[in-house]
Order: sequence, then C-alpha cells, then structure tokens
Amino acid sequence: MAQIELQGIDRRFILGDSIVSALRNISVAIEAGEYVAIMGPSGSGKSTLLNVLGLLDPPDAGTYRLDGRDVTTLGSNEQARIRRERIGFVFQSFHLVPRLSARENIALPMVLAGIPPKDRQARVGRALEDYGLADRADHRPDQLSGGQRQRVAIARATIMRPEVILADEPTGNLDRATGQDVTQILEALNAQGVTLLVVTHDQELGSRARRCLRMEDGAVVEDLRRGPSSSGLR
Amino acid sequence: MSPRDTLTFAADAARGTPVRTALMVLAMAIGVAAVVVLTALGEGARRYVMGEFSALGSNLVVVLPGRTNTGGIGAGSLVTSTPRDLTVEDAQALLRAPLVSRVAPLAVGNSEIAYGGQLRDTLVLGTTADFAPIRRYRVAEGRFLPAEDPRHGAPVVVIGDTIRRDLFGTRSALGQLVRIGDRRFRVIGTLPASSSGLGVNADEAVIVPVALAQSLFNSNTLFRILVEVRHREAIPQGRSQVLQILQQRHDGEEDVTLISQDAVLGTFDRILTALTFGVAGIAAISLAVAGILVMNVMLVSVTQRTAEVGLLKALGAPDGTIRILFLSEAALLSLAGAAAGLILGYFGAWGLRAAYPALPAWPPSWAVLAGTFTALVTGLVFGVIPAGRAAQLNPVTALAKH
Repeated sequence: MAQIELQGIDRRFILGDSIVSALRNISVAIEAGEYVAIMGPSGSGKSTLLNVLGLLDPPDAGTYRLDGRDVTTLGSNEQARIRRERIGFVFQSFHLVPRLSARENIALPMVLAGIPPKDRQARVGRALEDYGLADRADHRPDQLSGGQRQRVAIARATIMRPEVILADEPTGNLDRATGQDVTQILEALNAQGVTLLVVTHDQELGSRARRCLRMEDGAVVEDLRRGPSSSGLR
Repeated sequence: MSPRDTLTFAADAARGTPVRTALMVLAMAIGVAAVVVLTALGEGARRYVMGEFSALGSNLVVVLPGRTNTGGIGAGSLVTSTPRDLTVEDAQALLRAPLVSRVAPLAVGNSEIAYGGQLRDTLVLGTTADFAPIRRYRVAEGRFLPAEDPRHGAPVVVIGDTIRRDLFGTRSALGQLVRIGDRRFRVIGTLPASSSGLGVNADEAVIVPVALAQSLFNSNTLFRILVEVRHREAIPQGRSQVLQILQQRHDGEEDVTLISQDAVLGTFDRILTALTFGVAGIAAISLAVAGILVMNVMLVSVTQRTAEVGLLKALGAPDGTIRILFLSEAALLSLAGAAAGLILGYFGAWGLRAAYPALPAWPPSWAVLAGTFTALVTGLVFGVIPAGRAAQLNPVTALAKH
C-alpha cells in the first residue's frame, strides 16, 4: 500500500463564466520516503496538486488516500489535525509571522497542537542547533537573510516530525548558493525517511529528485523514475 | 491550543500594530470613563440630596395640629371644629408607642433678645433636650438644653451663631445672662454656623425649654411635635401608632396631620436613581460606538493578516482555533480599554470631587461592573463577525496573498 494514493482527482475553478480545470483525472501513488519533483509550466496545476495533497484544497472528484485512509471525506477539523501532525509545508515566500522571532515561528505548530511550553523549548532548541540558527533565535524575520528565513520555515515544517513534506518552489526566492543549501537540507530530511514532494521550475533541482512528475494542462504527462527504487529506503 | 498560548498569541498580534491598538483602547477607555464619570455625577447628586434630607432626620415624623385633608361630607365635617391643640402632654404620651424612639415638642414664636443694651429680634424655639439628636444639631460651645421635665424648665438658652455674633462679638457667650421677652436666661450653649437642615435656619434662633417658651408666649399649645421612629422601615407602623395615641387623647377624633420625610425622600431617591440610570445609558452609547470601532479595527486586522491566517490553517489550526484567536484579541483590546477607562473615570470622578467638594461623586460599584462588563461584551459581540470572516478564509487564496 502506497503512502499517498490519488485516484481520478479533478479540481475545477470557476473564473467568471468559464470553468477552468486545474487538475484532470490525476492518479498517482507515492511510497513513503520517496523524493518526488513536480515540474511543469506555469498554470499546469503543480501548486493545485500540492494544495490537494496538503488538504488545503478539496478536490471536486476522486479519492485521496493517506496511509490507506480516505482523507477527502474527512471533516475540516480532522483534516486540520492531519496537516498538524503528518504534513509539513515549505513555501516559496517562507510565510513567517513577521512579529514573531525565529524561535517563536518554529514553535508555532507545537503551540497550535497544544504541546506544553517545556517540551516546546527543548525541541525548538534542538531544531535551532540543527539548522544553524542558534545565534539567530531571537531575531525577527526582517532581521534574517533569505536563506535563514527558509531554514526557519523548514525547521517549522519539521518540528512536528511529519511523514510528508510539501515544498512549493522552496528555492524560488533564493540565490543559487543559498538555494543549494536549502535543497541539501530538504534532501537530508528525505534521507532520514521523510517523503519529500517539491514543486519547482528549476530543472537542476528537478533532476536531483529520484522521481519526476511532469505536468501540463492539469494532467500528469510524464512520470519519470531514476536511480535506485525508493522502496529500497524503507 | 492552550488558553495561555491563545492569549499570548492574541496579545502579540495586538502589539504588532501599536498605534491602531492604542487608538482602539483609547476609544473603549473613553466609553468606560464616560460611564464611570457620569454615574459618579448622578450618584453624587443623589447622595447630596439624600444627605441634605438626612440632616433633617430621615426617620422623622412631624405632627401638625389640625387636618389638612378633607374627608367626605359627614356629621363632623359640617361643624366647623377648631382643632384641638397639641400639648406637651401629647408629646410625652407618644413616647409610649413602642416604635417611637425620641420625641421633641416644638413651640415657636418671635420675641426679642437683649444683652448689654443691645436688642435684637429673634425666633424663639421652645423644645426639649431630644431636639438636638432628632434634628442632628450639634453645639459649638457649651451644651444643649438639659434633659428635664418638659413642664418645668430651667431658664437657660442655646443661641444661634448670628445671634451670638451680634450680641457678643468675639467675647464668650457662655454663662452670660440675656433677656428674652420679659425673662432672664443664662446662655449655656451656642450652635455652630449654618445649623440648618433644608429650609429652617437656626442661625438667627434661640432655643429655650418648651415650658418657658410657652409662658413667654402665654400659650400652652405646640407648633409641632417631632417624632423619631426607630428606623426608616418602621415609619408606616410608627405613624399609625402615633395617630392612635393622639386619637385616644383627643376624644377619638383624628385632628392631627402627620408628615414623614420618608415619602419625600423616597421620591427624590427614585427620581435621582432614574437620572443616574439615564446618564449611564447615554454613556453606554459611547461604548457601543467603541464596539463598532473594535469591529472595524478587527476587520482591517483580518484583511491585513490574511496570509497569516492561511499559514495558521496550513500549520493545522482548525477554524475554531482561528475564531478564538481573533475573539481573544477583541476581548483583550476591550479589557485593556475598560481598565484604562476605569483609571480615567476614577481620575475624572476625583476631579469632580476636587472641584465640587460638596458633591460626593463616587462612581457606584454597579456602574463600574456594568461598564467593564459592557465593554467586554461589546468587544466580543463586535468581534464575532471579523473572527468568523477569518475562520472562513480559504487557506489557498489566503496563502497566495502576501
């Protein structure tokens, strides 16, 4: 049983009086621990797919199973719980809360999950060490560089130890060197067994993934696998 | 999310926009302060009037000779009956009523007082020792009339402040002999300046034992009998006891009129309490305006923090948590406003008291509680719509707004 199973997923938007199909009949299975790049031109539905996978956007048709459980029919509170506990998001524009320090931003998912402050402190401390942010802990986002901001965002995405990380153009707002740095961090997480899905324009980043889903017009037109099978990592 | 974390997050969010938060807190504070100051004013006016009445003795029943209210036509009303006089004996008899605590007969007349060749017109009040506690009179010097048999009195007098100044100036009046009418009296006490209850001014009066006043005016009738009942609630029962005793003594005829200040007092109390409620209501309007401001500010806040709401949803915050976060922020702003308003209001009330020392302008505790509570409820009620709007945001479009 695959960790993520999409079957016949459709997603349509109404724009004015026309209906735009963002996703058409998508059926994909992704195993736990896979490293998947989702590529394609603008408007091909990559981000919509990621949003559906992250339970932020409900599909209009089809089923989405996470670990064998149909999550499309769950209530919004249950879906929020799954996002909280099992999915980590990394965004192109980082989405840090501007008034909170790096430490507080990283702790935010644990605050929402109701984890007691004592446990939070220990875990945030470790994350700050791991991501080389220990001396930036009390800086607010506007006092951090782009790379540091994305590292804070990744620390936040992983602080709840999710099984899946969804990254939407994680290096899109970074210069080349910093982008590589962030890519390495994400790949290191994948090496530890976290399923990593990256939406990207960047051919180089796409080619590093062991599997590449190429999208056009809301459909997966190519599903390319390279290197060792992901099942070997389990 | 734990309540403590919720409050911390909401407080941080409010601090994130200091100017806007400060303005909103100020608006709420002005509303609450208006409630506090205006009710303090109303309550102060009420207490002032009540205080003036209490100076007369609020559990006082005054007995007048004669009947003022006319009954229907009957055998008795056809005969013009001059009312029976009130006498000192009538007054003493009233002490038998169980609810009556003190009685003071009062005979009144005009005469002249002379000392050292100076002559002056004066009001002569003839009464007994109990007159002072009933009317809340204090003496400035010496003492009041001694307690003695009201039918015989020692020739002593207590003089009002104006009389004392006119006759004695800066010299001590105590122990001096004065002539009132054709008799000589020894001054045993003086009253302080403006010993008045509403109306009667004792500054230009002299007080002598009732028996001597009656012989001065060559009559044995009384102008009034002042009756003090044990407490305010006992006034209706005390009245009927007084009436019963006097009726018995006057051959079964009800020929006196009783006036209790309680009735007047109650009316004033009601009017002024209504007035206080009225001004509190007017002040509450400013609270409602502040509430609308809370809503406005929170709506702007939701719009500005759309991306943040989207992020919170992506991080797994259920809609309910987001609603509570925004409601908490509205509640915190309202509470901060209420606290600032209370400080402002107490300061304002203090200013009122400083400017008008006669006015006991203390804000009543119900108004303080109601003001704070209304501020909180207003904040929450007007926070519901913005918080709901935040909770209903679509996470995908919210995240796209950055």
